[in-house]
Amino acid sequence: MSNKSKVAQEKERWESNVVNKLINKFPERNANFTTGSWMPLERLGLPKDCGEEYFEKLGFPGEYPFTRGVQPTMYRGRFWTMRQYAGFGTAEESNERYKYLLNAGQTGLSIAFDLPTQIGYDSDAEESIGEVGKVGVAIDSLADMEILFDGIPLDKVSTSMTINAPAAVLLAFYIAVAEKQGVTKDKLNGTIQNDILKEYIARGTYIFPPKPSLRLITNIFDYCSREVPNWNTISISGYHIREAGSTAAQEVAFTLADGIEYVRAAIEVGLDVDVFSGRLSFFFNAHNDLLEEVAKFRAARRIWAKIMKEKFQAQNPKSMMLRFHTQTGGSTLTAQQPDNNIVRVAIQTLAAVLGGTQSLHTNSRDEALGLPTEQSVQIALRTQQIVAHESGVANTIDPLAGSYIVEEMTDRIESEVWDYINKIESIGGMVKAIEKGYVQKQIQDSAYRYQKEIESSERIIVGVNKFQTKEDQPEDILEVNPRLREIQSQKIADVKAKRNNEKVANKLAALEAGAKNPDVNLMPLILDAAREYATLGEICNVLRKEFGEYKESIVL
Amino acid sequence: MSEKVRILIAKPGLDGHDRGAKYIARALKDEGYEVIYTGLRQTPDSIVATAIQEDVQFIGLSLLSGAHKELFPKIVDKLKEQEASDIHVFGGGVIPDRDIPFLLEHGVEAVFTPGTPISDVVKFIESVK
Amino acid sequence: MELVDRVLKGEIRAVAKAITLVENGHPDKEKFIDSIYSKCGNAVVWGVTGPPGAGKSTLVDKLIDQERSKGKKVAVIAVDPSSPFSGGAVLGDRLRMQSHATDPNVFIRSMASRGHLGGVAGNTTDAVRVLDAAGYDLIIIESIGVGQTEIEIIEVADIVLLVLVPGMGDEIQALKAGVMEIGDIYILNKKDHDGIEKLEAEVNYMLSLKGYDELKNPVVLTSAVENIGIVELTHTIEDYYSRLKTSNRLTHKRKKRVREEIQHLLISKIMTVINKNLETEKNIDHWAEKLISGEISPYSFFNQKIKNFLEESSENADTN
Repeated sequence: MSNKSKVAQEKERWESNVVNKLINKFPERNANFTTGSWMPLERLGLPKDCGEEYFEKLGFPGEYPFTRGVQPTMYRGRFWTMRQYAGFGTAEESNERYKYLLNAGQTGLSIAFDLPTQIGYDSDAEESIGEVGKVGVAIDSLADMEILFDGIPLDKVSTSMTINAPAAVLLAFYIAVAEKQGVTKDKLNGTIQNDILKEYIARGTYIFPPKPSLRLITNIFDYCSREVPNWNTISISGYHIREAGSTAAQEVAFTLADGIEYVRAAIEVGLDVDVFSGRLSFFFNAHNDLLEEVAKFRAARRIWAKIMKEKFQAQNPKSMMLRFHTQTGGSTLTAQQPDNNIVRVAIQTLAAVLGGTQSLHTNSRDEALGLPTEQSVQIALRTQQIVAHESGVANTIDPLAGSYIVEEMTDRIESEVWDYINKIESIGGMVKAIEKGYVQKQIQDSAYRYQKEIESSERIIVGVNKFQTKEDQPEDILEVNPRLREIQSQKIADVKAKRNNEKVANKLAALEAGAKNPDVNLMPLILDAAREYATLGEICNVLRKEFGEYKESIVL
Repeated sequence: MSEKVRILIAKPGLDGHDRGAKYIARALKDEGYEVIYTGLRQTPDSIVATAIQEDVQFIGLSLLSGAHKELFPKIVDKLKEQEASDIHVFGGGVIPDRDIPFLLEHGVEAVFTPGTPISDVVKFIESVK
Repeated sequence: MELVDRVLKGEIRAVAKAITLVENGHPDKEKFIDSIYSKCGNAVVWGVTGPPGAGKSTLVDKLIDQERSKGKKVAVIAVDPSSPFSGGAVLGDRLRMQSHATDPNVFIRSMASRGHLGGVAGNTTDAVRVLDAAGYDLIIIESIGVGQTEIEIIEVADIVLLVLVPGMGDEIQALKAGVMEIGDIYILNKKDHDGIEKLEAEVNYMLSLKGYDELKNPVVLTSAVENIGIVELTHTIEDYYSRLKTSNRLTHKRKKRVREEIQHLLISKIMTVINKNLETEKNIDHWAEKLISGEISPYSFFNQKIKNFLEESSENADTN
């Protein structure tokens, strides 16, 4: 039997069994796709002739090993979700920005919280001085969350929340707001980042040590699989690992190694791999090296599929799919000649789309200077819309497949990633590798090398070490109200005066008792406290007392 | 006698982005300086206490969260309170140009924004040490 | 000297400045140390050493907690290596002790080895004196654990705590040669890690080879990160220390230490005088050439040089 006929046979099988079934339910955007000059455009480019290797390594979109994409029709069915990460100042200000973005054609919300919220401090805490409302919105209690989503029906939007150590608390606030809107939990769509391991490695917003942190995470997996079935319970993030200076392969390797740790933790507490794995999602970075980035995304899908199938014996194909969000690379933006960043973001957008992302945030040109202005955010969103509607790359699936160099790079990244994963497994898993500083060291060495290359001009960054111009920075950089901490503190005082403090104390005591018993799922207890307007800080302090706090231990 | 310039690289506030701080620490080491690195989430009090115990000549502050206008001057003031104003303070991170004059007025002696080559930092250290 | 008074009063800034003075080998250093010397001798000095990654700094952090709760004033000197290439260093041990940064009764100082072999910075002894005179009850020296060169810590510390962790593989082999014997107390940290039983067996075997010792070196299991075994460890240290004292071993140890210091001091003083007189730095290349070409032979040439030097100095002494 010739291979040629096998490709043809397989294609026929895929189209009739997989694609057509889907199209019957969810038709593609157009009945026919053509290029800009009306040339017909195939759904999927395929080799005319190939060996078995093709089926093992690439296969078909929506099928194992998912190298070519997780859905059978990809962007011909529906574009990726355009999701701009936003939030600053008070809940009122952020609420306004969200409504603006939804009106501008954005299809999902992505909430940025300020650092005190991310680290579980109320705005009036000593530690919060200077930081309230700075890198995101300040949320202290359910009262703030009600304002944040005022006029936004939670059954109609999908909401992604960049929250990790106190993810359970913010999810509880979100559920409580939905309840007040009359939206039941099973109607909620969205994601919490909830990825603590990369906080220890690269991002720094940890609170508790690894063990209780992993407990909170598996509590959420378990709770949501029963109560909030459409919620993505974790977004395992390589984005920040890359921002910290890793290579593309390290980004994938350490992210997937984190993923392995979470799956293992969940299985250890008795969860069924095929029940929770489908709700795992990932989050990657997109940098300027277009072809390498595309290869990276493809390799990541293939490796994760293998991990889930072979290492964890998942049966359900959904458990093997690496679905991911992408953000363009913040660290690639320059403060010099900030308009150049629009071009960088456009290239990175293309990388994410050619790599098959499920959702995308595009950075604004002025983010190396501070918070983005409304106009900059609009350009960033338009960049995605231009790639979606004008570039044509969304009209055929995985268009770079079969390029000798892209396939070569995909293989190479895969093999490098396996080396790292095996090394981490030999150390005893990701928690131990982090404690040992192995992961941090790899990243720092790459970051140092990169920066040295810029210093020596071996690596050219336009406008920074070549093609410099004298320039003044734009004036319209957003500034956050410096009185925000006072404003938020007043709000906390008001909440505390109005709520039933006895009830709050009871709910917090129940949480404390629950925290002492490792067999208790803390999610319902946190939700009970949230409903009574216990503050984020109060809830986290109960857990701090029981769990202790993580201390950074690795230097350089 | 072997005198060495000692420099504290510190991250005030809650910001967890330490790529820049770690780079500068390592690069200054490679330039022959002794660098003390204290990690994330340092308060103005702990930074000043550390600088004094370590008897550093310089404190380099790195901050990307936007809290520099609150936190940097606080550290300068606390040094004054402790009669340690001879310690030079410089800063870096995501700091818009328009904030630089404010920081300079408040006792921060130099501000290095992203893209500054390490040689500029060395030049600064050598010129005021 | 104003600095002396301020150090004796325990002023933190002055203590820090004084350590810089001794660390840099400043010309005023000798006078300074002599002026505070009579106030020294009250502090207890613990040395903490072990291979990289053994968790020494975290352990020290927890020991500070314990000693502070007893009301003691604690100082830490954390020694890290200088880069042999640039002479610079990144000193990060105190990162794990930063919760004590603002406690006025805890003083933490990072020191770079500045090319001094032996794992303990060259002027550590004098830095300990500064802290001792300033009224710190306990001084903990954390030194680089890099194999055999850390033996010098026993020249500074009353008690050496050797921290080991499972899974070091061949490293323990290297440690066995020399370093393993320097510990007074053996701390097996990260006791929840695989291989702890093996490590414990190895340490006990090694200790059994040391032969009979009335003090018997304690072996303590800890998990510093989780604050497990720390209270027991401090009890063990106290108990060991009091036994050191009553058995007169402490006096013996300290005397031995001072003897060694005197020898170091004499050698370096004499070296300085002789090098100055012979203008060694200026002449050394020239001598080397002469030796290589066979123009002179090593012993008679230098014996003559030293003889001339001694005669000159006695003549000078006579005329004075």
